[in-house]
Amino acid sequence: MAHTTDIVGRGNRDGAALFQKWFAELNQTAETGGQAAYIFVMGSMAELLRVFDLPIVMPEINSLQTAVRRVAHEYLNQAEDYGYSPDICGYVKADVAVQLRHGEHPMGRIPPPSLAVLTNACNTYIKWAEIWERMYHIPIFTLDVPGTRARGKQTWPGEPDFENDRRYVLAQVKELITVCERLTGKTFDIDRLRENLDHANVMSRGWRRVLELNQSTPSVFNALTDGTIYLGVSNGFRGTPEGAKYFEDLVEEMEFKAAQGIGTMTDEKYRLLFVGVPCYPIFRRFNELFSEWGGTFVNSTYLWFAAGGVSQGYEYDLSRPLESFAEGVLIYVRNAMDSMFYQEKALAELIEPFHVDGVVYHPIKSCRTVSTGLADNRRALMASHDIASLFIESDMMDRRVVSEAQLKNRTDAFFEGLASRRLAAAR
Amino acid sequence: MAYAAGVDVGSTQTKAVIIDEGGEIAGRALIDTGANVIAAAEHAFAQTLASAGLDERQVEYVIGTGYGRYRVTFGNAQVTEISCHGRGAVHMFPQTRTVVDMGGQDTKAIRVNAAGEIVDFCMNDKCAAGTGRFLGAASAALDIPLDELGEVALRAERAVKISTTCTVFAESEVLSWLGKGKKIEDILLGVHQSIAARSIGLLRRVGIEPEVTFTGGVARNIGMIEALNKGMNLKVNVSPDSHFMGALGAALFALDHIRVSRVPVATQ
Repeated sequence: MAHTTDIVGRGNRDGAALFQKWFAELNQTAETGGQAAYIFVMGSMAELLRVFDLPIVMPEINSLQTAVRRVAHEYLNQAEDYGYSPDICGYVKADVAVQLRHGEHPMGRIPPPSLAVLTNACNTYIKWAEIWERMYHIPIFTLDVPGTRARGKQTWPGEPDFENDRRYVLAQVKELITVCERLTGKTFDIDRLRENLDHANVMSRGWRRVLELNQSTPSVFNALTDGTIYLGVSNGFRGTPEGAKYFEDLVEEMEFKAAQGIGTMTDEKYRLLFVGVPCYPIFRRFNELFSEWGGTFVNSTYLWFAAGGVSQGYEYDLSRPLESFAEGVLIYVRNAMDSMFYQEKALAELIEPFHVDGVVYHPIKSCRTVSTGLADNRRALMASHDIASLFIESDMMDRRVVSEAQLKNRTDAFFEGLASRRLAAAR
Repeated sequence: MAYAAGVDVGSTQTKAVIIDEGGEIAGRALIDTGANVIAAAEHAFAQTLASAGLDERQVEYVIGTGYGRYRVTFGNAQVTEISCHGRGAVHMFPQTRTVVDMGGQDTKAIRVNAAGEIVDFCMNDKCAAGTGRFLGAASAALDIPLDELGEVALRAERAVKISTTCTVFAESEVLSWLGKGKKIEDILLGVHQSIAARSIGLLRRVGIEPEVTFTGGVARNIGMIEALNKGMNLKVNVSPDSHFMGALGAALFALDHIRVSRVPVATQ
């Protein structure tokens, strides 16, 4: 029988420890001059890269860590002094500064890339990787993943269009294997891929279950704050035994909390959905703008797309690892893209089971990919459902475009509206 | 007789209103906010009491609103000016379904229901484009008092197209048009149209449903009223007390609290 003090909050504690371990290993790689693969959260392909013992570096996570640790402005300023515009993605600029500083980062030294692997899930990825190519003369591998052709028109295994897409991705995965073999001097081992896929399956099952468990009242975790920690482990430890174990433990924690009625906050009044990317420069304060009113986030599209789409819970078929991996990449990356571009239907489907009171849209200045469709998305959701929504803009990195007073004003008005709705419903 | 008060501490000016049990305005005051926000709230409230001929003890409940609402230290609760302008506008013009509030540093588009409750809202984003500050910049550049800008603009024959939306750059653009020999009234009409267009854009985001009520300090500007009317092809409601609409809404919420506790106030 688990003890409350041991199990509650374990996901946050273990997540922090795993992050320290990950960055300590990267620091060691940097110190010893070892190889490292730079990858992105949407379409990481970590399961495959781990077959070649390539330590993975996720520049998006490095960048957001500078904001959480309140030093992002130093990195952004350095990149802007170098010539980058204030309008360029803050993640890119912070990473450029990390490279200009020879890997210096608040969590330790980051090794330079030996290889960069990316997908078309974000158009900035492609230009970003070209920066490393020019800086380090390294190979960059861009995997083109066909996305959903039109809203609600996803294809699935067995359908001709899907099979064509799967073959297209598989051919590219095979090319990537050749690149990795050439770079590392190691031969591809399909049994190691199978093991990594097995670990990833455990993680995907766990991730999906954890998200489902937040239907509980009170909610068992805050999708904006706690969820971001889980997300970090999901990205940094995908395809590893530690990652699989972490998510098994996390499911146990959330099931325990749900069974015991232990909520993420003591007085939960409003259950909210978050759409967009967190405001990392004032991460804790941003959440307080909602928690002060008794609002908590029960789900978040960030936990879908920034997890590379694994929220959908696709599991690899270990009897045909390579083909299934290609299929998984196709489905995951497509889901990540759909979570940014075609999300209103998915959001609508959460309203009842998650007992949602309102939806918070948070477009950000320096990411047009995530933010462009949000106004349209909000209109579509409000046209089809009588649900309160809030539209507030800030940034995921740049404190200069985060106005806390204005955010608070809008957030307060949103909750006043929610309170009025409650009163009207009670009358 | 019970009285309720609302104190609206804005970025430029602080407004206070006291209402009686019937919701009628018993007293009002308007002062510049200045650097000492707490003192501004206190002075505005004191002046309102004096104008109503009341003693502080006769006012049962006070609600602070505006950016300085948490600095209304003598207030009982706080409500955002977004809710307050909606409430005040529907009280003043019961058929109001859309409110445009143009203040010193921001412009709000607010959709309301028949009870004055917020359906949706939208504000200018972290920049004073399309706000009263834009007029302030034009006033400084042209050396014409703020209160006279609207009337001068109405004498224009052909508006100059103001392309910038940045308040800081507005001044240089105005000066450049002067250098090209454009008439002051034509430039000013262009300034008003530019601000109106920006505000109408915000209104479209929440959906323009008649009647539209124009509130806030800029609602005293006849040029802006005309620019909004023309831009939306309708006639906005404007009250002589439009400037006090936020304070009035706050006072109405305070009165609600006195009657029955149904005010959606912050509890933190």
